Amino acid sequence: MAKNQALLEVKGLRVGIAGNEILKGVDLAIREGEVHAIMGPNGSGKSTLAQVLAGHPAYTVLAGTAKYDGKDLLDLKPEDRARAGVFLAFQYPVEIRGITNSYFLRSALNAVRKERGEPALDPIDFLQVLEQKVKAIGWDDSMMNRPVNEGFSGGEKKRNEILQLAVLEPRLAILDETDSGLDIDALKTVAQAVNQLRSPSRSFLIVTHYQRLLNYITPDAVHVLADGRIVKSGGPELAHELEAKGYDWLRDAAMVS
Amino acid sequence: MAHVEQLVGSYRAWASNGASHAPDWLKDLREGGIARFHDLGFPNVKQEAWRFTSVAPITEGSFEPATLPARVPTLADIRPFLLLEAGYRLVFVDGFFQPSLSTPFFDDVQSLAHVLTHRQDLVRPYLGKYALTQDRPFSALNTAFVNEGGFVHVPAKATIAEPIQLLFLTHGDRPIVTHPRNLIVVEREARASIVETYASLTQGSYWTNSVTEIVAGEGARVDYHRVQRESAKAYHVATTQTHQERDSSVKVHAVAFGAALARHDIGSVLAGPGGMLILNGLYLLAAQQHADHHTTIDHAADHCESHEYFNGVLDDKSRGVFTGRIIVRPGAQKTDSKQTNNNLLLSADAHADSQPQLEIYADDVKCTHGSTVGPLDPRALFYLRSRGVGEAEARRLLTYGFAAEILGRMDVAPLRAQLDRIVRDRLAER
Repeated sequence: MAKNQALLEVKGLRVGIAGNEILKGVDLAIREGEVHAIMGPNGSGKSTLAQVLAGHPAYTVLAGTAKYDGKDLLDLKPEDRARAGVFLAFQYPVEIRGITNSYFLRSALNAVRKERGEPALDPIDFLQVLEQKVKAIGWDDSMMNRPVNEGFSGGEKKRNEILQLAVLEPRLAILDETDSGLDIDALKTVAQAVNQLRSPSRSFLIVTHYQRLLNYITPDAVHVLADGRIVKSGGPELAHELEAKGYDWLRDAAMVS
Repeated sequence: MAHVEQLVGSYRAWASNGASHAPDWLKDLREGGIARFHDLGFPNVKQEAWRFTSVAPITEGSFEPATLPARVPTLADIRPFLLLEAGYRLVFVDGFFQPSLSTPFFDDVQSLAHVLTHRQDLVRPYLGKYALTQDRPFSALNTAFVNEGGFVHVPAKATIAEPIQLLFLTHGDRPIVTHPRNLIVVEREARASIVETYASLTQGSYWTNSVTEIVAGEGARVDYHRVQRESAKAYHVATTQTHQERDSSVKVHAVAFGAALARHDIGSVLAGPGGMLILNGLYLLAAQQHADHHTTIDHAADHCESHEYFNGVLDDKSRGVFTGRIIVRPGAQKTDSKQTNNNLLLSADAHADSQPQLEIYADDVKCTHGSTVGPLDPRALFYLRSRGVGEAEARRLLTYGFAAEILGRMDVAPLRAQLDRIVRDRLAER
C-alpha cells in the first residue's frame, strides 16, 4: 500500500435497518497506524458504523462505499473481512455455550492464519502463542478454559475482546463502546492493553460515548457523529471540549448548517 | 389389541416352560407384571403422558421373542462400542448374556439371570421395588419378562474405580423384542460408575423395552450413563428409576442418538434428606427420528438438591419431546431444584415440545425452570464469523457446543471422547 493512502476510506455511506436510515452519509479516512475516535450521543449511529464495517447482516447499505486496503469492504462476507485483518470488539460480546474460549480462539486464529498462508496451529502450539500474547499485555490465561463469555462479568467480557484482538493481530481494530460498563480500574487495564497493541501497522477506530477512555488512549483524530452524519472532526482536544460542553451545541450547529 | 394378546401369549408360553422353575416370589413379580400390562394395554395419545408420542409403530408391528443368536460377535465386532479393554463389563446380544465377551466380577458384576439362580438373596430385596408398573405398561411388560440384564452390587464403603459397562447389542437381522432388566445397588458410602449402552450390529428394525433400577444407599455416589445409539429403524422404550437414601449423590446422564422412535422415562426419588441428583441429557436427532424424554423428580425428603439439564438438537423432520415433572412433597423443605431444557432446531421442519410440570407442596423451597426452542442464535453466528470462522463451520461449532455442554458434564473420559466423536461425525455429515 502506498504511503499516506488510507487503510480505511468510507465515502457517503448510508445505512438502514428495518426501513430506518441510520447512517445518512458518512465520510471517514483512517491511515495505517492511526487511532481515530468516533464520539456521539446515543442513537447517533456510532455502533451501526462499527457493525456495518464488520459486516453485520442485519444492516442494509443504501449508498456509498467503504474501501479497505484498496478493496471494496462492503462486498466481503464478515469472515472474509476478519481474515483480511478487520476486527470488531463487540459492545455486547456473545455467550457461546459448550465451546471453551481457547477452542474458539484457536478456530478463529487458524482461519486467519490460513488466509495468510500460515499453517494451522495444534492445541499445544496455540497455547504457546496464546501465552506469549497474554503476557505481552500483562494478563493471565485464566479465562481460556471457560465457555466463551458464559458467566463472565462485564469487565471480563471486554477484556476477552481485547485478548482476541491481541491474538488475531488485525490491521484495523474497531472498538465498539469497549469502555461501557467498566469501572475505572477495568477501564485502565483495557486502555493499557490497547496502548500495548498500537503499532505503525495497525489502525484503530474507537467508538465511545464518553471521553474518559480517551484520557488513557490518545487518538490522532476525533469525529463527532450526530444523527447519522459526522458533524465535526478535530484532534484529541475535541474530546475534552465535548466532555465539558456535551453534545447539544454540536447538534444545534449541525441543524443550523 | 391383537398385539397385547400376542405378548401375553408369549409370556404364558415362557412362564410354563423356560421360567417354570423360578422361585415363587419371582413368579409372583412376573405374574403381577403381565396382569398389569394386560389391564393397561398400550398407551395412546389421549393419555396425558403420551400426548406427543404415538406408539403405533410398535403396536402395529410384529416382534418375535428373541432366540439365542446364531452367531456370537467377536471382540473386534464389539470394540467400537467398548469404552475400555480393561474393567468389568457385561455384554448381551439379542438379550442373551455373552460370557465370552464379558468380564464379570463374582456375583457383584454379573448377569441378572445368573444371580437370580445362584444368589437370589442379593436381588430379592430390590428387584421390582422401584420401577413401578402402575400406569406404566412398558415397565409392567418388562417386569413380566424379568430375567436377564446387568446386575451390579457394590457393598458398603467399597469403590469400583473403573466404570462398569453394560452393553446391549441387537443383531437387527430379525424383528425381535427384548426386555433387558438391570439392577444396580450401591450400598452405604459405596461408589460406582456405570455405562449402559444400547446399540445394533446392523441397521435393522427391532424393539428394545428396557428397565433399569438404581438404588443408592446412605452417602453412596453413583454415576450412571445411558447411551442409546440403536439402529435408525429400531424402537426403543426405556425406564430408568433411581432411589436415593440420605446424603447420597446420583448423576444420570442420558444420551439418545439412535432409534426411529424412542421413549425414555426417568424417575428419581430423593427419599432421604441431603440427597443430590443431577439429570443430564442430550438428544441428537435427524431424518424422521422421534425421541421423548419424560422425567419425574420426586423430592420426598428435605434438604435435597436436583439439577436437570436437557439439550436437544433437532434436524430434518425430527421431533424431540421433553417433559420435566418435579414434585416437592409436603415437608420437603429447603428443596433446591433447577430444570432447563434447550432445543436447537436446525431445520424448519424439525419440532420440539418442552413442558415443565411443577407440583410444589412445601413452602420453603427454591424451584426454577426454563426452556427454549429455536434456531441457532444469529448474534452468536455473526460473532464467530466476525472472527474469521466461515458460516458453515460457525454453524457446526455452535451446534457442537450445544451438545458439548451436556457431554462436558460427564466424568468418564473415554465415554466423553466416544460420544464427542459421534457428535462430530454426525455434524460433519450435514
